[in-house]
Amino acid sequence: MKYLRWLVIIPYFCLATLPLCWLFFTSLKTQEAAISPTASLIPSTAENIAPGDLTFSATLDAYRKLATPHTGKAHAFFHYLFNSVIIGLLSTLASVVLGTGCAYGFSRFRIAGARDWLFFILSTRFLPPLAVVVPVLMMYRVFNLPNTHLGLILLYTAFNLSLAVWLMKGFIDEIPRAYEEAALVDGYSPLQAFYKIILPHSATGMAVTAVFCLISAWNEYGFALALNNAEAVTVPVYFAGLQGNIQGIPWPQIAAGVLIFVVPIAVFTVLVRNHLLRGVTFGTIKQ
Amino acid sequence: MNNSFLKIDNLSKNYGETPALSDVSLSLHTEELLVILGPTGAGKTTLLRTIAGLETADTGRITVNGTDITHQLPAERDIALVFQNFSLYPNKTVRQNLAFPLQAPGRNLSKTDIANRISHTADLLRITPLLDRPATHLSGGEMQRVAIGRAIVRQPQLFLLDEPLTNLDAKLREVLRVELIRLQRDLRTPMIYVTHDRIEALSMGDRIAVLSEGKILQIGTPEEIYQQPNSPIVARQLGYPPINTIDVHKQQNQWFTASNQPIMAADPNAPSNATLGIRAEDISPQGGEISATIEVIEDLGASTILLANWAGQSIQISISGEQQWHVGDEIYPSIDPDRVLVWGEAQSESEPALE
Repeated sequence: MKYLRWLVIIPYFCLATLPLCWLFFTSLKTQEAAISPTASLIPSTAENIAPGDLTFSATLDAYRKLATPHTGKAHAFFHYLFNSVIIGLLSTLASVVLGTGCAYGFSRFRIAGARDWLFFILSTRFLPPLAVVVPVLMMYRVFNLPNTHLGLILLYTAFNLSLAVWLMKGFIDEIPRAYEEAALVDGYSPLQAFYKIILPHSATGMAVTAVFCLISAWNEYGFALALNNAEAVTVPVYFAGLQGNIQGIPWPQIAAGVLIFVVPIAVFTVLVRNHLLRGVTFGTIKQ
Repeated sequence: MNNSFLKIDNLSKNYGETPALSDVSLSLHTEELLVILGPTGAGKTTLLRTIAGLETADTGRITVNGTDITHQLPAERDIALVFQNFSLYPNKTVRQNLAFPLQAPGRNLSKTDIANRISHTADLLRITPLLDRPATHLSGGEMQRVAIGRAIVRQPQLFLLDEPLTNLDAKLREVLRVELIRLQRDLRTPMIYVTHDRIEALSMGDRIAVLSEGKILQIGTPEEIYQQPNSPIVARQLGYPPINTIDVHKQQNQWFTASNQPIMAADPNAPSNATLGIRAEDISPQGGEISATIEVIEDLGASTILLANWAGQSIQISISGEQQWHVGDEIYPSIDPDRVLVWGEAQSESEPALE
């Protein structure tokens, strides 16, 4: 059984990390090596490498170039990364905060037509988001929202909110009401009971919701492309824009940028990792 | 009853169409322990939660020391509630669980006050060694001690306990029951104790209120409830084995069962249709005129319960000593006429007639 497990894990691990490894090697290559028709897989520090050899000379040039604006672009890569971070974090924060509050209301209070409201919230995900890109763009023009960070933050929050409400409702439903009731009897107001009891117990749910919201905002491309052409351009849009460059596609730089782009998500996921594992049990209620 | 501390007037509550409490009135004296006894679904927990403020009544009034608390928030009432399922805060240690009610915004206690109260409460309940354990690392009995501790550490004006011992095993239940009685005597704080357990009710209560289907059927001392239950439902709540109830009608000053067998003499003033209540220990297996067949024998050690079919009725007879009976034996049950309870059908709500 023990070995069988590794038999599954190791091939999967290789399969999953293969693209990342490929990106990593590409990011160390020069433009010429990257587009060379012969494959070279082994990085080397040697000066002269015979053509057709499997090794290539490694360089950190691609990473250095990320700090300066690429030909035809107004800003360096890190400017766009900063846009992505701001938009991703703020929209995630807004989704989780609003979603938790909304889910708490649905979970704990009697709301007229609660089931219909919840279905309505879910129904906002029935349509492919890009189907509404034109009306959104027209509305945004009225409010001067294209080319602003706020525009994308609002949009991503709106898209992720339904997911956040449903996820958080599931988590809050699982928190026994008895804890809040104990707090009410112990002398706390309903709002204080929410802060002291519900919030700490729904940390797991909030972490899970945050990861989902962040990933979806981080990777979103269609709206980011449609709504922005100068300011608030995010990394996915920036990379896509490099394709029409007269110098050809700068693969090593894209590879280097993608690796850096993946890092925040990976770090964030690792940070909330303990919450993602549902280790929290409600062991002090005897059913 | 001038020193009534808690007064509940005509409390009613419905869950949709289902009545949970209907017209409940009762009062609690200072320092009194009132047991609310009733079967599952009688509305006991609803009544307790309404007093605590977790539920709101549809109609009625609750006053504590003359103050109307009917519409106050739970936090304003200064009433402690111990839940059946303990409800300790799982992400806190025992000490933090005890401190939590003391840190409530309205209470304004200093850190030393809180520490003193916690150590005093922990001593009282003998949970001092557990103070720094997480609440999730406790046994059932320890959890319930902590839950009780969380109630008494506040020094509330009233305790409500909702079947606090139901989730514990039998042995622990007895230990904690005795401790609770002692605790209530020491603290002299009035307490309402909800249970469906007749032994808890009889041994703990200064008075017992019997609740069934949301109505209070009878309130009285344990002796009154046991000796003079005002209805078959009340009588069935106390005593083991449960009281025998036989529907009878009167002919020529004899009680006849539904199958028209005369089982005992009737009082000339008794109503013509009635329900007889006969405790198992008030029937003797010999000396009667109508035969019965033993169907089941339940040996309880100090006593033995015979389940017999008698005059078309299933009855239970409790005997002590070493009488040797076997399943299938024929017996002639006789009833102690002085101990029989008679509830007339038309007067089922009035005082019981003791023959």
